[in-house]
Amino acid sequence: MALHFELVSPERLLFSGDVAEVDIPGTEGDMGILPGHAPVLSTLRPGVVTVTKEGGAKERIFVRGGFAEVNPQGLTVLAEVAVPVAELNAERLAQEVKDAQEDVSDAQDDETRRRAQENLDHLQALQSAL
Amino acid sequence: MPSLKDLRNRITSVKSTRKITKAMQMVAAAKLRRAQESALAARPYSERMATVLANLSSSMEGRDDAPQLLAGNGKDQTHLLVVCTAERGLCGGFNSSIARLAREHADRLMAQGKTVKIITVGKKGNDILKRLYGRFIIDTVDLRAARTLAFSHAQAIAQKVLKLFEDGQFDVCTLFFAEFKSVISQKPTALQLIPASVKGGKTPDLGGAIYDSEPDEGEILADLLPRNIAVQIFRALLENAASEQGARMSAMDSATRNAGDMINKLSIRYNRQRQAQITKELIEIISGAEAL
Repeated sequence: MALHFELVSPERLLFSGDVAEVDIPGTEGDMGILPGHAPVLSTLRPGVVTVTKEGGAKERIFVRGGFAEVNPQGLTVLAEVAVPVAELNAERLAQEVKDAQEDVSDAQDDETRRRAQENLDHLQALQSAL
Repeated sequence: MPSLKDLRNRITSVKSTRKITKAMQMVAAAKLRRAQESALAARPYSERMATVLANLSSSMEGRDDAPQLLAGNGKDQTHLLVVCTAERGLCGGFNSSIARLAREHADRLMAQGKTVKIITVGKKGNDILKRLYGRFIIDTVDLRAARTLAFSHAQAIAQKVLKLFEDGQFDVCTLFFAEFKSVISQKPTALQLIPASVKGGKTPDLGGAIYDSEPDEGEILADLLPRNIAVQIFRALLENAASEQGARMSAMDSATRNAGDMINKLSIRYNRQRQAQITKELIEIISGAEAL
């Protein structure tokens, strides 16, 4: 049994196909989605989606701003930004970090600031991991 | 009666006009294909988004803590109209039909004593609306510098709208754009953005199971609704781009045909006049010879 996985950005459909497993960075923790997973809705934090294809080949994609939906038809990840990790360079990430920092300083109330700060933390963690 | 030279000049000028309209038609056809492709490519995202929103909002219905973006802020006094048009003209009735729809909407609201505010996207819409509604236009967005529409353009507009909403500048927001039906038909459409109309998304069959939400439904919804605004605006901009090229293509097609008809008519007139002149000259020569 395979898991049908779709990765969609506002501009186009980036990935559609049957895979063995997908690991997604949920807001409240990473999740590994295997075929037959119970229906779930989750928001995503900036991070890396790891797709394990049938046969074991892995593909890593950086996503930011989005959510994931699991239903009996499969897993759908909607992301505002999705870039394969291979194409992600330090420069691009530095830009993302800079944007996030601006968001933090622009935040009007505590709630938005907390969210922006969380975003920034995730991005910085990713930056140091790369 | 124009002289032969005048007619000749006229024919050359119409011929070069025809060359231009023909070229514009072909450029529009090429751009249309690309615009259509990107409109199609953007569809899965907005469809999935609509499905999930429909799902979540049905569970929020009737609850007091439903987000304002979904349920509205309880007022109906100030309306914001976001009017999306093209940056360029020469596309038939495309810009004016969108502006007309927005104008009718604004007039109806004002007759009910509501306050109207307008944001225009695209230079042409601003030009048309400025004359009558100049004092209501609070902002204009210029996309002329953008060679291809990116999601970030839509996001920038969405952020403006959301900020105005948070500041309590308006209560209801409606988006105006032309929906792309086919090359020859574009339908001016009004879409309510705030409070969000999320009907129509189909719910997938879960086989009796219910969604597990992480974090809870209210929080996901609060995260998704602002994103949805950007997605809807992006969709509207893409539909608009495809419609604009379609409208331009058919407008330029008929312009090219009209120029052809005009050239035919002018050539017939030119030939008749030339013949009449030759006949006249012959008569003059013959009658001159007879007089001798």
